[in-house]
Amino acid sequence: MSSSTLKESWNSRVGIILAVSGSAVGLGNFLRFPGLAAKHGGGGFMLAYFISFLIIGLSICWAEWAMGRAGGQKGFNSSPGIIGAITGRPRFKYFGVLGVLIPVMIYMYYVYIEAWCLGYSVNFLAGNMEFKSGDEAGAFFGNFVGIGDNGDAFGFGIGQVGFFLIAVFILNFFLIYRGLSRGIELFCKYAMPALIVLALVVLVRVLTLGTPNPETPDLNVSNGLGYMWNPAKVVLEEQTASGSWSKLKEIVGDVSLSQAQAEAAASDSLRVREISLAEQLTNPTLWLDAAGQIFFSLSIGFGVIINYSSYLKRKDDVVLSGLAATSANEFCEVGLGGLITVPAAFTFLGIAGATGSTLGLGFNALPMVFSSMPAGQLFGFLFFFLLFLAAVTSSLSMLQPGIAFLEEAMEIDRKRSVTVLGLITAIGSGFVVFFSKDLKALDTIDFWVGTFLIFILATIQIILFGWFIGVKRGLKMANQGAAFPVPPVYGFIMKYVTPLFLLVIFAMWTTQSVFGYNIITGEHDYPSYVKDLFIEPNNVARFSVALIIIVIAFLTILTAIASKFKYETKEGQKP
Amino acid sequence: MTLGGWIIMIISVGSVSTLFGWCVYKVLTTPNEEEKMHGFEIETPDSK
Repeated sequence: MSSSTLKESWNSRVGIILAVSGSAVGLGNFLRFPGLAAKHGGGGFMLAYFISFLIIGLSICWAEWAMGRAGGQKGFNSSPGIIGAITGRPRFKYFGVLGVLIPVMIYMYYVYIEAWCLGYSVNFLAGNMEFKSGDEAGAFFGNFVGIGDNGDAFGFGIGQVGFFLIAVFILNFFLIYRGLSRGIELFCKYAMPALIVLALVVLVRVLTLGTPNPETPDLNVSNGLGYMWNPAKVVLEEQTASGSWSKLKEIVGDVSLSQAQAEAAASDSLRVREISLAEQLTNPTLWLDAAGQIFFSLSIGFGVIINYSSYLKRKDDVVLSGLAATSANEFCEVGLGGLITVPAAFTFLGIAGATGSTLGLGFNALPMVFSSMPAGQLFGFLFFFLLFLAAVTSSLSMLQPGIAFLEEAMEIDRKRSVTVLGLITAIGSGFVVFFSKDLKALDTIDFWVGTFLIFILATIQIILFGWFIGVKRGLKMANQGAAFPVPPVYGFIMKYVTPLFLLVIFAMWTTQSVFGYNIITGEHDYPSYVKDLFIEPNNVARFSVALIIIVIAFLTILTAIASKFKYETKEGQKP
Repeated sequence: MTLGGWIIMIISVGSVSTLFGWCVYKVLTTPNEEEKMHGFEIETPDSK
């Protein structure tokens, strides 16, 4: 496809902003972010979060937008094509393979979670979600997703995920088949405002909960917000035999504090202690979590933004559009997600209910919360439907990079490309859904692709932008047609600070999450992801990694043989 | 919630809301924003 050929593009600037923000706004905004902020304490975490936003978020976001648009002007929409073309180094196209692999592989399990959201919303509407205990909510979840044994997820009743999975798969491919402007953009134009309205409705409900049970006065919305946002954390600690102090529990609320103080007064081995904001900031895990959240929340390093922006025109603004899409994501995350999830869970379930994994909080604790809430059936439906909308806008963005890649690598039209990608993702999703026991396949692919490889791609992208394209040329590319330029200080940040920050975070993360060293205590224990592959072999985990390798090989071979990517002979793509 | 908690919440939520509001205003008021000619009615042009 030469640049003169009529090619797809966005219908409007608002359209692409909504599409990119739709890609970024997902379950992480409403489930992961609040959990992390509450875990670390709002003050310290938010400081690290905003610093990461300025250093990592905006830098990589603007770099991806600029590189994508420049690549689009050279006639490429896929990550390998774009990276090879704009760096002037054809071999670098192989780095771009990650920009196709990551969204396609994530889609394979994300669509499964998307089906949970739709299924939960429908079940709330049908009145099937009135749980009396956490065990009931957990049992429903286990049965719904087929966690008990492999193959259990292929059930088609209303209380099982099978039907919903097929429905969301068809919806995604129907929208992607319609094309960029008539499918993705049109859907996001309605879904994103609807999502914000739904979130505001649920927010009002949560903030007006008061103290639902007078017998537990500490469990109220104010304390729920305090648990999330208070800069200092108060904990009850116990002295161990070695003389050190270990945390017994966190304390939120006056009644709990009085009880803890009374316990501490009655025992020499107990004490109540306040963890200040300054002390929180010395915790490296807080920085790791804050940077990671910015990273994953903004969809940077996914290969999505670079693809979406490649459909822009030469003079379309990328600086304002990038900032607008980013700010929309931040508004949904901090302004909406930060006020809904944890306060609601705390108000009904206390600290124990408001902590835990993203999926545990979302699909075990929150259904309990809505079950206990006045008009909970309606608000449960609204909340899970908003998660569903957020998930659809994200999953659509995971398909488009694959579509563009197949169009270019195999030189086929969109319809055939959609068909091929549909086949690949159906096999992959079928694999993930079949191996549903303990969600092992989902968890393994999420770790190695959805975390590990994203770090790698984002680091590669910012190094390419800062060192191979060069910040001077890169910022010139970004500022073309911009309503306002990228602040000049970002030249320095993009070249030195962001890569260094990313490399440090990546080294810390690898040390802790791959090699198993606790970066605070120094204790060593390999994580389950590594044990599953090398120490205590788990066949499903090994199959999952084999699937990743097969897809990498497939994409790499296509990249190598595609005539479209032979820049020297085709179009002389020296920048 | 403590006073510090209120301050952090208001600053955090206020700053992202202000940034988002400003971006919306800027996007809607910046000139040269135009709907492209190939709207939703025409088939996606990369069909070969």
